[in-house]
Amino acid sequence: MHATVESKLDPIDAVIDEVCLAGDPWAKVLKRGQTFRIVDLEGNQAVDTIFYSAADVGERYSLTHTIQAQGALYLTAGSVLMSSEARPMLTITADTCGRHDTLGGACSCESNTVRYAIEKRTMHSCRDSFMLALAQIDAGSEAMSGVPRLTKRDVVSNINFFMNVPVTPAGKLTFEDGISAPGKYVEMRAEMDVVVLVSNCPQLNNPCNGYNPTPVRFLVWDPA
Amino acid sequence: MQTNFNTLTPLARAAVPDRSTPYSPELVLWEDNLPGGAHWSGVLRRGTALRLIDLEGRANVSALFFNQDQKTERYNMPDTLKAQHTAHLTRGHALYSDMGRVLCSIPEDSCGWHDTVCGVIDADTVRRRWGDANYQAHRNGMYRNGHEGFLVELAKWGLDRRDVVANVNFFSKAVADEAGRLRFNTTHRAPGQHVDVRFEMNVLLVLSSAPHPLDPATSYAPTPVRLTAWRSGTAGADDVCRRLCPENDRGYINTERGFL
Repeated sequence: MHATVESKLDPIDAVIDEVCLAGDPWAKVLKRGQTFRIVDLEGNQAVDTIFYSAADVGERYSLTHTIQAQGALYLTAGSVLMSSEARPMLTITADTCGRHDTLGGACSCESNTVRYAIEKRTMHSCRDSFMLALAQIDAGSEAMSGVPRLTKRDVVSNINFFMNVPVTPAGKLTFEDGISAPGKYVEMRAEMDVVVLVSNCPQLNNPCNGYNPTPVRFLVWDPA
Repeated sequence: MQTNFNTLTPLARAAVPDRSTPYSPELVLWEDNLPGGAHWSGVLRRGTALRLIDLEGRANVSALFFNQDQKTERYNMPDTLKAQHTAHLTRGHALYSDMGRVLCSIPEDSCGWHDTVCGVIDADTVRRRWGDANYQAHRNGMYRNGHEGFLVELAKWGLDRRDVVANVNFFSKAVADEAGRLRFNTTHRAPGQHVDVRFEMNVLLVLSSAPHPLDPATSYAPTPVRLTAWRSGTAGADDVCRRLCPENDRGYINTERGFL
């Protein structure tokens, strides 16, 4: 059982309230002080997420800085997401799921060939969604307005919200059934202006999405 | 039928030696000493291996790996761990790029555990833990950190901070408890331990021998590593890394298609 912390924020007050369909990318700029919530609408949905400093995308979420700062692998309420310059980017303020993964990374066509079968190369993947998002940002997509240009080099290891990837004391990596459920959410406060880049994971070959990728909801609140 | 080693065409199969070549002194190409706290980079070509020897039993070697022919392809920690269901590296493991290919592998290891989740130590952490020792007062005895060591070496190859991804820390071990809390562990260490890193592609290797970020040592005293490059050839059909799991069998096929 994982400790959970609920939020007092009301969706009616949100300044952004959008649904991202299964398998789609999503990108947005958050201002310092704003609160960002991800809702796992139907349960067991991995939400692959990278953050960048909006002022300088060379500074980005760093899993190793985050792990070093908290001396622990998993994320939950109280965790501070650290940048590659060792600065706080966001603080998790509420979490009804209780544990989120830092090590699993994103699925890609290329890693799918390794993990499942060379014949599965053409299945949709998070990395394809990230690459599509980069192209849409580059083309001035209205949905991603204000998001600075990014390149493949900027697509670094992401957080997997709602995903459960325990490491055993013997050093094994295991993929457990999700501990999320319909309506569970995680909420975080931006400590600097940040770009959020998301792939709502389309993986069908393992239990990370319960073999059925589903939509998620993103909400943003201004500071009180 | 799914593609695997046994379904390779005769020409593709002929490109794989029957057996891997173990280390032997007459295969050595060059040797070098890397003092503690130093940084280094160089290209290791496919078919070459680098033996790292922890001379005093307290070394840490932080490492990044890039495809020398297309440097946006680089070591990918999550893909490496997921493919092999492991959270640490040792004999038999392949180090994957983000393109589903094996940059290098570990055919031999007397140490048993190399960390790849804790990252590299930075200047602030060194200062917080051990204080300052600058060049002006200490010359080359100054306290160095792995993050700046990486940045210095990366810049020589046209790379920068955007290329600092989750790295490997050879000879270092950090164990996670049930709650995911990490503890640095030194019980596996001994002077003279070695690990062979065999390059399956042409790889730009970037190293720092600065301390591990979770090392609780009470003084800044990083120790040296011996680098021995040797002509290993490529992984054979019987190779311990290729045969570790079906995932690695496919990873090698992806890799070898680039060199046929």
